[in-house]
Amino acid sequence: MITTTGLTKVYRSRGREVTALDGVDLHVREGEVYGVVGQSGAGKSTLIRCVNLLERPTSGTVTVAGQDLTALAGRGLRAGAALREARSHIGMVFQHFNLLSSRTVQSNIELPLEILGLSGQERRRKALDLLDLVGLADKAKAYPGQLSGGQKQRVGIARALAGDPKVLLSDESTSALDPETTRSILQLLRDLNQQLGLTVLLITHEMDVVKTICDSAALMKGGRVVESGTVAELLATPGSELAAELFPVGGEPSGPDRTVVDVTFHGEAATQPVISQLSRTYNVDISILGAAMDTVGGKQVGRMRIELPGRFEENVVPIGFLREQGLQVDVADVHTPAPADALLKEGAK
Amino acid sequence: MQPLLHDACLDTLFMVWWSTLYAVLGGLPLGLLLVLTDRGALLQNVVVNKVLGAVLNLGRSLPFIILIVWLIPFSRAVVGTSIGPSAAVVALAVGAVPFFARLVESSVREVDHGLVEAVQSMGGGTWTIVFKVLLPQALPSLIAGLTTTVITLIGYSAMAGAVGGGGLGNLAITYGYMRHETGLMNITIVLLIVIVTAVQLLGDLVVRRLAGRGGRQAAPVGLRRLLPAQRTPATVPAPRAAAEAEATTAGKAA
Repeated sequence: MITTTGLTKVYRSRGREVTALDGVDLHVREGEVYGVVGQSGAGKSTLIRCVNLLERPTSGTVTVAGQDLTALAGRGLRAGAALREARSHIGMVFQHFNLLSSRTVQSNIELPLEILGLSGQERRRKALDLLDLVGLADKAKAYPGQLSGGQKQRVGIARALAGDPKVLLSDESTSALDPETTRSILQLLRDLNQQLGLTVLLITHEMDVVKTICDSAALMKGGRVVESGTVAELLATPGSELAAELFPVGGEPSGPDRTVVDVTFHGEAATQPVISQLSRTYNVDISILGAAMDTVGGKQVGRMRIELPGRFEENVVPIGFLREQGLQVDVADVHTPAPADALLKEGAK
Repeated sequence: MQPLLHDACLDTLFMVWWSTLYAVLGGLPLGLLLVLTDRGALLQNVVVNKVLGAVLNLGRSLPFIILIVWLIPFSRAVVGTSIGPSAAVVALAVGAVPFFARLVESSVREVDHGLVEAVQSMGGGTWTIVFKVLLPQALPSLIAGLTTTVITLIGYSAMAGAVGGGGLGNLAITYGYMRHETGLMNITIVLLIVIVTAVQLLGDLVVRRLAGRGGRQAAPVGLRRLLPAQRTPATVPAPRAAAEAEATTAGKAA
């Protein structure tokens, strides 16, 4: 639905060049919620703004719903009529809502419809329908200044949906909201994704957002996508940084001569009580040092750090049993207990 | 004495009214153009921007009394005379256009760029952005700037009176100063104070009305500080009420 190829953006100011995007290839499938995560300055904001060409990429192409937007770009900073038409079918939601304080809620939602040239009556009907959809039917005549942050974002979402978009871009849409409101907004986005078949591309710095609603995710660093895939694929990738961040497990061994193992659950095995089976079959005492389990896209996924008595050599059989169950097992370095990304890769071989 | 004051008052109002009209007609588009042609803006055009900026600065840097005298040939060419209120309107308009244009520039510049981006993302073009975002969002600030311009023009019109422009300034100079009629001088001063105060109050009232409809958010920062805090409780829900409202909407959505 959204494809970028070799997307590059270089900012030039006073002779200095800053590469914000360095050849980004992104592919968002139709009907999925795709999250792009990364730290500030990783280029994710530039990326999403390049998707509807609010930011003109230096090179590379952006294709949305089969249409090459980079080919539509007008001269200079002004958008040509074709690009404006294409943009009106791509919804965008912003971190700071960007509602016009001089217009009522209803009038804010009517704005994109005014641009599309709908009649007053059609605009009114559509705006009220959309307000109903986001659960703010009673706020039509209120001004944005009278709403809470969560309500403002609902209006922002309703406004983004006015042009019947197939694609919704969300630029840190929950970053200015408290945790509870964030959950309700994410739930709304998930509902819209399922009810309307809306493809959602969102950028965020909150791993929780990805965990809550994303089908797929990409991690950006220094203007590049360093990892991407569905959440299950990422979990299945040994040493995946994104998986480790999504499901962080900590905990240090309780003493010497212990084997610390990180077990990753995804797919079928997640439904089996493997830990207690392991304990009963081999008569070993297992301590759970840390665990991060969740339901992502209807499947149970997660990671768990467990400790087995004795050195690695003594635990080859139980570890083999876990692998037989279809689990991914990584043995953590016992002598230098370190963060999850310092895992020994021997388990994967 | 009364007909003198009456005529002078009307002359002053005549000069201020017409010069304000021209100031808005000229200053509003020029101020907008200044913002739109700036680097990185919608109609980025460095040449137009620099030339326009320089011309406006030139107009602003001349002391008004010099501007009037300098513009005498121009006034004569436009209205056929170099004395009287009509001639003064030409000089006042020329002086006020750059003044108002700069105020428009700063008002429009204050509009959150995020709003412009939001409308761009909906497919809005430059005209949509100007007429649906920049001007409506800057309106309270533009009205405040207009109030300042009108008051400045009242002052300038009195100055124009000193060089034969007519109006209250002319009256104060010719009768009050040259003929030592201190009483008349004092009356013109009181009249000027009354007019200026009335304009300021009217301007403030309109700004307050416009700012009030959007809750606190729309009020310019300076104004927000001046207004009593309890002005808005009727329109702004208490935090608890907001939280409840959010909770119910969340429930509905789920």
